[in-house]
Amino acid sequence: MEIIKTENLVFDYIRRDEEGNVEGITTAVDNVNLEVMPGDFIAVLGHNGSGKSTLAKHFNAILMPTEGTVWVDGMDTGDADRLWEIRQRAGMVFQNPDNQIIGQVVEEDVGFGPENMGVPTKEIWERVEESLRAVGMYEFRKYAPNKLSGGQKQRVSIAGVLAMHPKCIVLDEPTAMLDPGGCREVIRSVRALNDVERVTVILITHYMEEIVYADKVFVMDGGRIAMQGTPREIFSQVEKLQELRLDVPKVTLLSHELRKSGLPLPPGILTVKELVGALGALYSGRK
Amino acid sequence: MIRDITLGQYYQTDSVVHRLDPRVKLIATLLFICSLFVVNQAAGYVVAVVFLALAIRLSHVPFRFMVRGMRAILFLLVLTFGFNLFLTPGEAVFQVWKLTVTREGITMAVKMAVRLSLLIIGSSVMTLTTTPNNLTDGLERLLKPLQKLRVPVHEIAMMMSIALRFIPILLEETDKIMKAQTARGASFDEGNLLQRAKSMVPLLVPLFISAFRRANDLAMAMEARCYRGGDGRTKMKPLHYEKRDYLTYVVLLAYFAVCIVIGRIMPWGRIF
Repeated sequence: MEIIKTENLVFDYIRRDEEGNVEGITTAVDNVNLEVMPGDFIAVLGHNGSGKSTLAKHFNAILMPTEGTVWVDGMDTGDADRLWEIRQRAGMVFQNPDNQIIGQVVEEDVGFGPENMGVPTKEIWERVEESLRAVGMYEFRKYAPNKLSGGQKQRVSIAGVLAMHPKCIVLDEPTAMLDPGGCREVIRSVRALNDVERVTVILITHYMEEIVYADKVFVMDGGRIAMQGTPREIFSQVEKLQELRLDVPKVTLLSHELRKSGLPLPPGILTVKELVGALGALYSGRK
Repeated sequence: MIRDITLGQYYQTDSVVHRLDPRVKLIATLLFICSLFVVNQAAGYVVAVVFLALAIRLSHVPFRFMVRGMRAILFLLVLTFGFNLFLTPGEAVFQVWKLTVTREGITMAVKMAVRLSLLIIGSSVMTLTTTPNNLTDGLERLLKPLQKLRVPVHEIAMMMSIALRFIPILLEETDKIMKAQTARGASFDEGNLLQRAKSMVPLLVPLFISAFRRANDLAMAMEARCYRGGDGRTKMKPLHYEKRDYLTYVVLLAYFAVCIVIGRIMPWGRIF
């Protein structure tokens, strides 16, 4: 069964003036249908204002669909009685690490979710230790969050969600405010969770480099899903990506240009290593 | 650096007093303050000083940290001392210009000064040995009975701890905004009081806006992590009394009893 499924999902932002009259309607998500299978690593890609964050907030029942339905692990997010169960199943990590850490000590913050769920004290400690170890932040458990770097804070946020034992983690642009080093740390942790703990990951991002490892990519534009497929399928359509105002990774762009000028390279090259390999094969083939 | 600021005035070390349950420390401070008003003679203050000295000794916090808290109220202290000294009617001892110092005045002034100093040092022992977090926890538990009167005790405690968590973040932000405004020609430390107050406006407005934005984000993050108020919530670090806490209660009661006895037996007496 799908862990997350949306059916004809539409979401409108309604702007109102001071009297409460409708001033305008912006459709942020427009008729989206998608399915996510357990254990998948899904990336949702799109430039600013493409509706990707709005879509993400539906997976955690923070936003309710204007039209259509969202199912999380078989539960309809419109079902108010199961709201907390849904939020526990699908954890959410936000963009700004400072605005989502509640505790004054790392371990207390990680314990916040389980505390809310009413987990017994002893088990909270076990979960906190296990989650902090999973993101490699166990040595920092006694630190104050404001003494950590951005990447470390974001890993604490991930641990905080992990401690709730979710089946699925939705990360809404978790690296947008981090430096390149912090980005790598976070993406590495997320990949490890997916590989080792088999947690379903939905990564919302506008950085192309981060989706290379995804099982499936959805590209959003104007609230709709514009493209979907494996990273290789997506990256082989360089022109279309550029049309959607997305930056293609430099290696992919380079191999695309090389292909265009006549070099018989395979389409959709994602990493430097791949390009080097392909060029090497080409070179030895010539000799 | 601004991110290294310590909140409250917690002094990090390991001692019996540090390990005590925050509830015990809160009640102890309250009782100690009460005791200062129960006794009214030299003997009583000697007992209070000895008790406090013992607590300080056990806390392993250097005495100068206790005195540091006094600096803030020095003005108040001098003022009280002066008023009591000159304005208490009674038997005149000597006269300076138009002000008469009376025997009762001296007694009263010294008494008030001693009371105030002990009060401040006494509360410092608590704040120096308890993390703000722990203090909030203790308060939450102590005030729990008020929940029956529909006082939102858990919510208040949660707000306090969130406020504490965000103080360094907002300080950092203030610093950032200040630099940004300075870069655009604003000055924050020139002119008279009114001008300075006015120059705070371009600092406070963006700070408030960003604080609200943060609050909004935080509320969403808390809800996403299943926060729904205090009902059905478990504690990661629940408070429970140990043997030493009960022992402290016994010592406290004994101390308070002694104070009451002294206050009763000895009539309103002179210190000198």
